[in-house]
Amino acid sequence: MWFRFKNTINFMSQAKLAIFFSAVMILGSIASLSINGLKFGLDFTGGTLIEVGYDKAADLTEIRGQLDANGFGDAVVQHFGTSSDVLIRLAPRNDVKPETLSNQVLEVVSTTSSGEAEMRRIEFVGPSVGEELKEQGGLAMLVALICILIYVAFRFEWRFALGSVLALAHDVTITVGLFSILGIEFDLTVLAAVLAVIGYSLNDTIVVFDRIRENFRKLRIDDVSEIINESLTQTLSRTTITSLTTVLVLLALFFKGGALIHGFATALLFGVFIGTYSSIFVASVAALKLGISREDMIPTVIEKEGADQDALM
Amino acid sequence: MLNKYPLWKYLLILVIVSAGFLYALPNMYGEDPALQISATRGGDVEISQLEQVKQALEQNQIPFQSIKIENNQIQVRFKDTEDQLEARDVSMQVLGTDFIVALNIMPAQPKWLEDVGGNPMKLGLDLRGGVHFLMEVDMSVALQKKQEEMLADFRAELREQRIRYHRLTEYGNGVKVTFRKEDEMAAALDHLSDTFAELTIDESRSEDNTLLATMSEARVKEVKEYALQQNITIIRNRVNQLGVAEPLVMRQGAERIVVELPGVQDTARAKEILGATATLEFRKVDEDADAASAATGRVPPGSEVFYDRRTGQPVVLKKDVILTGNHITGANSSFDEYQRPQVNIDLDGQGGNKMSHFTKDNIGKPMATLFVEYKATGRKKPDGSLEFEAIKEVINVATIQARLARSFRITGIDSPNEAQNLALLLRAGALIAPIQIVEERTVGPSLGQENIDLGMTAIIWGFCLVLAFMILYYRGFGVVANIALALNLVLIVGVMSLIPGATLTLPGMAGIVLTVGMAVDANVLIFERIREEIIDGRGPQQAIHQGYDSAFSTIADANITTFIAAVILFAVGTGPIKGFAVTLAIGIITSMFTAIVVTRAVVNASVGGRKVNKLSI
Repeated sequence: MWFRFKNTINFMSQAKLAIFFSAVMILGSIASLSINGLKFGLDFTGGTLIEVGYDKAADLTEIRGQLDANGFGDAVVQHFGTSSDVLIRLAPRNDVKPETLSNQVLEVVSTTSSGEAEMRRIEFVGPSVGEELKEQGGLAMLVALICILIYVAFRFEWRFALGSVLALAHDVTITVGLFSILGIEFDLTVLAAVLAVIGYSLNDTIVVFDRIRENFRKLRIDDVSEIINESLTQTLSRTTITSLTTVLVLLALFFKGGALIHGFATALLFGVFIGTYSSIFVASVAALKLGISREDMIPTVIEKEGADQDALM
Repeated sequence: MLNKYPLWKYLLILVIVSAGFLYALPNMYGEDPALQISATRGGDVEISQLEQVKQALEQNQIPFQSIKIENNQIQVRFKDTEDQLEARDVSMQVLGTDFIVALNIMPAQPKWLEDVGGNPMKLGLDLRGGVHFLMEVDMSVALQKKQEEMLADFRAELREQRIRYHRLTEYGNGVKVTFRKEDEMAAALDHLSDTFAELTIDESRSEDNTLLATMSEARVKEVKEYALQQNITIIRNRVNQLGVAEPLVMRQGAERIVVELPGVQDTARAKEILGATATLEFRKVDEDADAASAATGRVPPGSEVFYDRRTGQPVVLKKDVILTGNHITGANSSFDEYQRPQVNIDLDGQGGNKMSHFTKDNIGKPMATLFVEYKATGRKKPDGSLEFEAIKEVINVATIQARLARSFRITGIDSPNEAQNLALLLRAGALIAPIQIVEERTVGPSLGQENIDLGMTAIIWGFCLVLAFMILYYRGFGVVANIALALNLVLIVGVMSLIPGATLTLPGMAGIVLTVGMAVDANVLIFERIREEIIDGRGPQQAIHQGYDSAFSTIADANITTFIAAVILFAVGTGPIKGFAVTLAIGIITSMFTAIVVTRAVVNASVGGRKVNKLSI
């Protein structure tokens, strides 16, 4: 058996290192987010995006030239997926009606030396819609975190709830930070992926917490950090295998799913690693530092008044 | 005895799994290209039209698979899209503009599957190709229009009552009237409050002898609602003319309308049609001209010949337009004092003046209402695009009974139905709050197919990789987990096909891939537990029993929290993202069933309840 861990690994002894590592990553993410910002996709900024396909490899310089000559000098032209597919982006404009903008651009690029262009995709998002989406997206993440906080607090204990939400905030910040540092476009599908990361990371955290709770009740060990170490070691094989299968399918998605889904797969791939790490080193460490103890885990038995007396009737 | 399910449990699982297979089955049959022919404006399709189409197709030697009338539509199925396209052109020519011929794809599953409610999954626009528009009604214009109306109304009312006022101006979303004397203001307040019950009219606190009239919150809402509904009606009308199968026109929130046109290829045209304005014209009927001879081409100068929308009779109208539809502020049908249907029309101030001016000298004479809209002719322009033309039809001829003003009615209408229809047409041609596209997502048909292929490849690769890993790592139990995984896929597809609101999108396919990866998690949890129990020295049956038992609450907790994330995603996401949330949520539920219940059943049936020395795990 490949992932058997016989000896208890002392994860908690690495707590300081983990806190340092996480702090660096979070600070790095926040720094990059505040300096570089996020490269928001069309969904959030508004604008027009047109994807066209040619019969053979397209000459970008020629297309740029044609667009420039027709008053679309601000257009960003790039290959998308293959060399015969071209993506053209335009910032929101006030002078042209959005309804007709895409048609005009299509006309301009429809005939080049690379042959006739076939319309593959048009996306237009008004600036106001984009703004709303940004608000809604942020709100969605917040609501998700709060709902989860409530559920975990209800099912476990507030220290665990706080630990898991800390881990989630940690994951979200670092994943979004990665998109900022690498300058990858952040669009609606990436937002969906980040929410899926929340789901995944939480999955991991819950499994670990569940085992910690169980061991508090079962094992006769007084040292809290030892119980946590024991639990983490016991669940480590499961954590590894699940991460592995998830990474396998994500790799399939990344390499076989096409260019449209790349951002999504990237965010999730990264999120799986960071989520696995955080369930061990952030959620558990946080619960430990918040002072979790056996008493919190054992259900208190409420003694009913008069329960020891005989019934009258 | 440990690890034995009672018979009913096996049966229940069998029933659920077979239901999953049954409803997933329609997806295996693929789809036929088809034509869908319906009458414009909710008319009926007759058997004679079916014969017409059938004959035309046979004459042109276009092979078709079947032709039938269903849901008041003629449905014709073809083998390939080439026949379909050819047949569309032929049918459009035969039937003319009274019928809409739309291209469609129809599920090719056998009839018995359809009878039990089995249908293939609905594909999102990103997989099917088509246009998604989000349109926004400019409410500020609607409100401004109402304000102008208020100004005109106040002016007219005060003049009629001979109340002198100093100034009448716009104020907020209402109006402000100043008076010279206090008693004038008091008289006006008294009178205006009675006449305009829908407004809040108060004395100004900061200015002397001043009245402020504002629309109540409810009234503003009403105005906006009216503008939105009007736009939806108009867009529905136009979308019907586009000849798109299964179009969707739906309100979103208070000011927006979603329009989805699957399979539309010529988006430029679609936008043109949606953006074009239908208009109305009131014109005088040329009584001197002979309608019959005018129809043959002898039209007097200064007149034009048009045809009645319902009867098809020619009507000769003067070329001069009395009034155009953009002066209409409202139209609705009701009954007069004798319970006869009528249509009430409201005009704006300017329109009222024009109408009043014209009718003053024309009492007793007929006036016609002309409706102008755009329709596909079925012909094609030299450059290959569809040809559209403005079609002008007479929708009503009425005799002017008295001098008309801002508010008048059309009587002598045959049925309440017709009155309703006329009011609808009047509203459709009236000035509306302008609408603009705030979001467009168009996917070409080739990209749609490519997305399907890519998504399928990713699912197959992901699936196979996980299958291989599970067998390598868990051997016998790996096979059990793989059975569960395969059933999970079938169940997801089955449930997606069964739920009317679920649509498969590209992110949705990504969601399925992700579910495949995460669904094994439950089995991993269980199997790891079983291994632990074995290491702890328990016998195989005890280990299985304990493993499943202790893993259950963990699995439930972990899945419920992911489910929360999916629900929130569904609540805020649009289109494709909603698709992702739906598949994720469905996947969580089905995977819990297959990973816990189905694997247990398989394990129980194979090794449960008898003596086993060693488990293949």
